[in-house]
Amino acid sequence: MGLGLGVMRTIEFLLLIIAILSVPVLSDLILSKVERRIDLTSQIARIASTIKAENDGSSSVSEILLSIPEVQAKNLAYLTVKLVEGKGKAKTSGVTLAVEPANPKGMPPALSFYTMLLPKPLANGDSVTLDVLAAFTHSLRPFPEKITQADIQLVVFQDTAHYLSPYPVKVQSLTVKLPDARIESYTKLENTKGLGSEIKYGPYENLPPFSYSPVAIHFEANQAFAVAQELVREIEISHWGNVQVTEHYDIVHGGAMSKGEFSRLDYQSKPQIRGASAFKHLVAKLPPRAHSIYYRDAIGNISTSHVRGDSKKTEILIEPRYPLFGGWKTAFTIGYGLPLQDFVFESEGKRFLNFSFGSPMHDLVTDSITLKVVLPEGSKYLSVSTPFVVQQEEEIKMSHLDIFGRPVVVLKKANVVPEHNQFFQVYYQFNALAMLMEPFMLITGIFFLFVTCIVYVHVDLSISKSSASYLANLQWDDVRATVQQIQNTVNQCLSTHEKLEASLRDLSRTGDVQACKAARKATDGLLKELSKELKPLISFLQSSPPAAHIFPKVEELVAKERELQERLMAKHSIIVDSYEKKLGGRETENRVASVQQKIAALRQDIEDLMEYIDEI
Amino acid sequence: MASPESTINGPTKADSKSLRNAFGGVIAFIILVLIGVLAFSIRLFSVIKYESVIHEFDPYFNYRVTQFLSKNGIYDFWNWFDDRTWYPLGRVIGGTVYPGLTLTAGTIWKVVNSLNIPLSVETVCVFTAPIFSAFASWAAYLLTKEVKGPGAGLTAAALLAMVPSYISRSVAGSYDNEAVAIFALVFTFYLYIKTLNTGSLFYATLNALAYFYMVCSWGGYTFIINLIPMHVLLCIVTGRYSSRLYIAYAPLVVLGTLLAALVPVVGFNAVLTSEHFASFLVFIIIHVVALAYYIKGILSPKMFKVAVTLVVSVGLAVCCAVIAILIAVVASSPTKGWSGRSLTLLDPTYASKYIPIIASVSEHQPPTWPSYFMDINVLAFLVPAGIIACFMPLSDSSSFVILYIVTSVYFSGVMVRLMLVLAPAACILSGIALSEAFNVLTRSIKFQLPGIAGNSTVASEESGSSSVVAPSDVSKTEKTEEVAKEKPVKKNRKKEKENVEKKPTPSKTERRLLVLPLEASVIAVLLLVLLGAFYVVHCVWAAAEAYSAPSIVLTSQSNDGGLHVFDDFREAYSWLSHNTDVDDKVASWWDYGYQTTAMANRTVLVDNNTWNNTHIATVGTAMSSPEKQAWEIFHSLDVKYVLVVFGGLVGYPSDDINKFLWMVRIGGGEFPHIKEPDYLRDGQYRIDAQATPTMLNCLMYKLSYFRFVETDGKGFDRVRRTEIGKKHFKLTHFEEVFTTHHWMVRIYKLKPPRNRIRGKTKKSKSSRSVSSKRDVKGKRNPWH
Repeated sequence: MGLGLGVMRTIEFLLLIIAILSVPVLSDLILSKVERRIDLTSQIARIASTIKAENDGSSSVSEILLSIPEVQAKNLAYLTVKLVEGKGKAKTSGVTLAVEPANPKGMPPALSFYTMLLPKPLANGDSVTLDVLAAFTHSLRPFPEKITQADIQLVVFQDTAHYLSPYPVKVQSLTVKLPDARIESYTKLENTKGLGSEIKYGPYENLPPFSYSPVAIHFEANQAFAVAQELVREIEISHWGNVQVTEHYDIVHGGAMSKGEFSRLDYQSKPQIRGASAFKHLVAKLPPRAHSIYYRDAIGNISTSHVRGDSKKTEILIEPRYPLFGGWKTAFTIGYGLPLQDFVFESEGKRFLNFSFGSPMHDLVTDSITLKVVLPEGSKYLSVSTPFVVQQEEEIKMSHLDIFGRPVVVLKKANVVPEHNQFFQVYYQFNALAMLMEPFMLITGIFFLFVTCIVYVHVDLSISKSSASYLANLQWDDVRATVQQIQNTVNQCLSTHEKLEASLRDLSRTGDVQACKAARKATDGLLKELSKELKPLISFLQSSPPAAHIFPKVEELVAKERELQERLMAKHSIIVDSYEKKLGGRETENRVASVQQKIAALRQDIEDLMEYIDEI
Repeated sequence: MASPESTINGPTKADSKSLRNAFGGVIAFIILVLIGVLAFSIRLFSVIKYESVIHEFDPYFNYRVTQFLSKNGIYDFWNWFDDRTWYPLGRVIGGTVYPGLTLTAGTIWKVVNSLNIPLSVETVCVFTAPIFSAFASWAAYLLTKEVKGPGAGLTAAALLAMVPSYISRSVAGSYDNEAVAIFALVFTFYLYIKTLNTGSLFYATLNALAYFYMVCSWGGYTFIINLIPMHVLLCIVTGRYSSRLYIAYAPLVVLGTLLAALVPVVGFNAVLTSEHFASFLVFIIIHVVALAYYIKGILSPKMFKVAVTLVVSVGLAVCCAVIAILIAVVASSPTKGWSGRSLTLLDPTYASKYIPIIASVSEHQPPTWPSYFMDINVLAFLVPAGIIACFMPLSDSSSFVILYIVTSVYFSGVMVRLMLVLAPAACILSGIALSEAFNVLTRSIKFQLPGIAGNSTVASEESGSSSVVAPSDVSKTEKTEEVAKEKPVKKNRKKEKENVEKKPTPSKTERRLLVLPLEASVIAVLLLVLLGAFYVVHCVWAAAEAYSAPSIVLTSQSNDGGLHVFDDFREAYSWLSHNTDVDDKVASWWDYGYQTTAMANRTVLVDNNTWNNTHIATVGTAMSSPEKQAWEIFHSLDVKYVLVVFGGLVGYPSDDINKFLWMVRIGGGEFPHIKEPDYLRDGQYRIDAQATPTMLNCLMYKLSYFRFVETDGKGFDRVRRTEIGKKHFKLTHFEEVFTTHHWMVRIYKLKPPRNRIRGKTKKSKSSRSVSSKRDVKGKRNPWH
């Protein structure tokens, strides 16, 4: 191990020395004080430096160069520089300076440079204090690279003890903060102190530009090395009141690769020892009032997650289906809804979404993030403002009942760390009336469905209007209508009979013969009219050929009805007669009985006939 | 179900009849919609209690096929050769799958997505079954309406909407052929009856199309193509031959067979196998009969007699010859031209004697009595009443229903899975029974409560002779009720006019006798309602508790009332899918083949299709061999991972150790060196200290119980309720790579073949041992 480290160190060192030897001295800037603090407690190496720069030359300086070795620069995820204002205790970090990659001439190729533009040029003798924060991913290399389930995970971090700068440095120091665990080894230089989980290098004084003194720290790191190789976040705005966020993760354990077998028994009985390098869960901090949270993957819901929420945040503990050992992968999706008013605002006629960029997960390194903001259908004039440089595209997404599709702003960025969780804005214009389009569409759709149904029922769709079957059908319809009329008339007759019967009952109750006679007269008239009505209908039926098989029945019906009429009249006259003669009830009944039976039989027959005709 | 009838048949006056019919129609329509909603929503328990996920085994395959279809389109689907399964043989999916379900769901998905409703294929698949069960209950309404009128139809539809037997196969997520096929089955029957009642060629064509859909959907289509010929034969024998019967049957056979042959999985089987033989025989018979009727029509009776004797004597000779040839042809094939599953139906002991792979599936076992009560509940008691109701009067359609119930009762008695065919028949007959009973009882009540008789009160107050008038009045109500009921029956007779006129009078007298005492009827109605309520409660319980578990997720109630979830299967599949190479081969017992290909996307050796018995036997042999031989078999098949299901830790009973005897039997069927008695101690299957050494050394035992003893120190198996026999052992050719949280799935990796560096020093010895090894291989390993 020691041998390996030594070789690596030497090679890098040689490269640098070769490069640095040929470099001219740059401008007249002097860094009077540099303090660096490296935080290695998570998988992201965060280097915070406080730099005090002094202009020693004659001309004023408006930009300061920052150099980072190429090896580290490719892992650089985040770099920000802040101007410190005030002095002593009253220090406040103020303006954020613009940082741009630079490529100054004649510099060693193994270094990457960044320019910090000062807000106002630094005159001779003036000084400025800067806070530089840089975050590096994948810079803790596991060593050994493959471990078994029982091994602990050791990682190596390499840097230089001397601040690598194109300017001379007067005083500098370096503090490395490690997690509370075993430290395997670290490079010991002059002025090196190890204090618990902290290692201090320095102070070193008056070092020339490009001084370099490589150090390597080998220590135990059992924190989650969760790396999202691919993260797609989709933020869909609905102006009905919801912002729906869906995040697809492809997670891998980025630490030392696991080799050999995995024993669940060992893992379950001694998880601290026999699974120290694995991580079981991830924690995501969602915005407050997040609702309808789900957590699933391609094959269904994953039931191992817990949600805790208060007014400031919603915390969700996500447990993948299995613990992740080094090199193991998993993929899942989480989704949640957020209240619209918390994230979408309106200003100067434009609406804008204000949302955080990165993943809500704790200490997650994202290799590649794709952020899609789906705006409602009908949004126009999109523009995006982000606090850092991202790749931008636009596309169209077809979703629920869309016609034109929803405009989507796609933002892409590689190498994202939690420091990127800053707010970005998407501006757009959207007319609230467009919200009603889809409901309106549905309503019209259903309306037209019903209209077509109505039209279909009422419109004659037969192809040939002169074919025999069609004509027969029409005739048959006529016949049916006529039969219906006849039935109606017969029914009217029957109800008239009821009236007659009712008058008889009245008679038995009151004995008013005159009233009964009057009723008889009225019904007589009515019945005559009805029979008049019947005549043309019957003659029509007789003449129309399709009614041939039904006609005898109808005829029979009418005949029966007439007979019934006659019988009823007879009965009526008998009863009235007997009343007039003041005969006893018994006698009347005797006289009526035969007629009554006939009437009942006729009624029955008429009903049967009606039934039969109905069925045709 | 009494309410729709009373509303339909409520007012009696003829002039309000059309309005009443329209009103009744609307109410019936609303009730049907509600029944559809009921059928759909009662099946959502699985989604609510668990999640929206595909269930069990076969649905995963169907889901995978649907995914392929929706991604690659229909042409690629027909030509799909799947190399992820049956390694190294592969499987021609397009030609071996019943495509109905897949095409249905694929079409739904496509339509929905073309409307820009972004549903995933999974969602569509999950909800296909509930949607089609709503269709099935509507089809049951139509069928029963054709047989006994709309009242019975509505009752039958409501019963079918929630019959547990059907629910078991069509809960949301149970994306299996049967879900669609039951609808197709009932609908085909409906169209057959409809054609039989109307004699319309239009319906006959639709019938052939519905039959085609059924053939696409399920192998159970042979039930249709045997049942309908049986019914036709029945009609002919009982002298009910008519031109309608001919129209209902002949186009179905011709068109249906042609269409069936279009389905790749059926193809020429539609004319070659014995399952279809009955339909052609009856096809010939119906033509002979038709010819006889025709000749009878043109000849005088005397001439006809002469012709009959002539034809019969000549025809008998020809028939005998033809039948003899046919029998000879059929008998020459070993299975008599029947497929194994069909033979099992005809001879229930067939499978257990000859095809253990069919017998090993639990749903191919005969059902127990309680399972009838569980699956069709009170319908079992109502069916006999329904059969009686169908006999009065017996019509073409009601005789069909009787035939349907009788045959399906037999089939369900052979295979538990065919309970599904019984369920619609039971619902239809129970619907008829309930509706008739309600009819009789409500009529009796109506007759005895003049207040309720409504419009007829005026007539019944007639002076003096109310007792005479009232019954006739009641009979009037009855008959209006009867109108709806016997419409189809009368329609048949429209053409045979002669017996129409006789009808009303006898039925009238009959009905007058059917008036029951008021108290008895009220109590009976209450009891029937209670019975119905009991059925509903049972169905809801069955849907919620018994049939909704997706079987890939298990839950148990923990002591403190919380829900403990066992999600081990998906844990394992997910691990396989993310942490193994895409082309790795995974060996497991065939039960898990479909799930592995669908969820883990890894190549498997065998799956639930079970088309190649030898291949399954090879896996069975490997599982029942000692470690070294097993390693050789697996290695020769390029297997990298072996997956076993083990329930001993948490008490999950359907694990591989419990299925192990079938592996031995199936393996032994092909490779005789595996003998079942070697694994049994005195005929008993055990894994404790008494177990045979063969058992304790076989791969399945070792993979299941590897390091199991270290969990509790004793190695107590909670499924077998015993301590395991061999506790401490090491694996030499396999290594554990993954075990799920509850140990339900354990995945082992084959160790790479050992380097032969050691052989350099002992060259002569090792070469000898290698050659001897080869001898062993030659005997044991079928793949060398």
